Amino acid sequence: MTPSVQRVLSACDAFGVRVFAVATAEAVKLRHDPMDLASRAVQPVLWLVLFGQVMARVRGIAGANTSYLEFLSPGVLAQSVLFVAIFYGLSAIWERDLGVLHRYLVSPAPRSALVLGKALASSVRALSQSIVVYVCAAALGVHLQLAVLPIVGVAALIVLAAALFSTFSLIIACIVKTRERFMGIGQFLTMPIFFASNAIYPLALMPNWLRAIAIANPLSYAVDGLRALMLRGTHSQLGLGLDFAVLLATLAVLVAIATRLYPRLTQ
Amino acid sequence: MTGAVVEARALTRVFGKMTAVDHVSFEVAAGERIALIGPNGAGKSTLMKMLTTMLPPSEGTASVAGYDVVRAPQQVRAHIGYVPQLLSADGDLSGYENVLLSARLYLIPRAERARRIAEALAMMDLTEAKDRLVRTFSGGMARRLEIAQSMLHRPPVLFMDEPTVGLDPNGRRTVWDHVQKLRRDIGSAIVFSTHYMDEADAEADRIALIHAGKLVALGSPAELKARNGATASLDEVFQRLTGARFEPVAPSA
Repeated sequence: MTPSVQRVLSACDAFGVRVFAVATAEAVKLRHDPMDLASRAVQPVLWLVLFGQVMARVRGIAGANTSYLEFLSPGVLAQSVLFVAIFYGLSAIWERDLGVLHRYLVSPAPRSALVLGKALASSVRALSQSIVVYVCAAALGVHLQLAVLPIVGVAALIVLAAALFSTFSLIIACIVKTRERFMGIGQFLTMPIFFASNAIYPLALMPNWLRAIAIANPLSYAVDGLRALMLRGTHSQLGLGLDFAVLLATLAVLVAIATRLYPRLTQ
Repeated sequence: MTGAVVEARALTRVFGKMTAVDHVSFEVAAGERIALIGPNGAGKSTLMKMLTTMLPPSEGTASVAGYDVVRAPQQVRAHIGYVPQLLSADGDLSGYENVLLSARLYLIPRAERARRIAEALAMMDLTEAKDRLVRTFSGGMARRLEIAQSMLHRPPVLFMDEPTVGLDPNGRRTVWDHVQKLRRDIGSAIVFSTHYMDEADAEADRIALIHAGKLVALGSPAELKARNGATASLDEVFQRLTGARFEPVAPSA
């Protein structure tokens, strides 16, 4: 192995150790306070049990071979991921106010490792939501794919989507800098991202202008991929490869932007 | 000065129309302890933020441990410890988990990690409390934990921004006893800011008095006092050079 290859491997190892350090710190916090997970589980259950049961009686929303509950379940999972991740920037502002952010920023860890670590940390919370949605959907009679490969694919999509939306949230936090402003903007953004996607109704039912927005919305690709991988006998409408590619590319761009903005939170 | 671990040359930071730090130049020798004193808003924290790469300077240069703060910020950060003014340990993690996080961020080798963490916690008398969540720690314990986190990688320079603010006299004494113990073992230079004149007098080799962003006096406590009369106290030196009066700290109930 040449010295330059060794240097690259060593840098990758160092980067990975730091990303892992930040992400696992969040997972450890969840272990200390599991109530946080329990309280977040309520919302997806309400969407499936209340909204899903009623809307299932409306004909024409879902496809010919799929019940509305089946159509809705991946959308509710994507929505849970979005709601967990989109307020992640708030915790960055909290950490700034408490002084914890200084500890991170004064360390020699590259800012990109800190941003990515924080992004993956939100995935830990989001993954816990998937268990709730799977159990609830199965109890309501949704035909889920339970083979290993599709489940790994679902987990990968959840990690990507949570990382993407939490990094987007971090960027907003770095720009607005205060909790009050963030809360206003966070609530303003969440609903358009959710409703301008294919989470609760198909792209085919949307007017053209809304479909154009939905096609540009990364949440639509997360939902499309989840639908293909979670449900038996369902195929991706946008293309599974495209779903992963859009999420990965968007995440890379957002991490690059957040890496530049993150230190400004303390200035 | 040869062997300087901190060198600031005309270091300046401007916020809009306000000059928070105005052409400050000084050096800190290896192993030296230097106290930054000055009224609130004098520019002490801004100066420290620039030296720790948290804030880019508007003008001037600075190097820490031989690395330029603008051109090699990551190298600077790898060679410093920093205890910020706000408590920076994560209250939702235990003492051990906080130090482990630092060990990973500073890339302490896996084989040495457990020993180094145990030593750092023992040196700060936190071994028994290591599994408690930090939000249950007293202010003094949290400060000691932060010092353990900051010194885990044995940096040549430790920056501390008002490390004893909000602590009772016993807590302050304990923190300083531990800092001195650490300094003896590791030999780091220490740059700290404080509002306590007795602390600057007892714990610093030299004092840098900052007023309105400018460095108005630099010397050993004895030199500063001697320049202002045979019987002058540091409080009187401070008052004479800044025109400000120190508000005595109210005794706790």
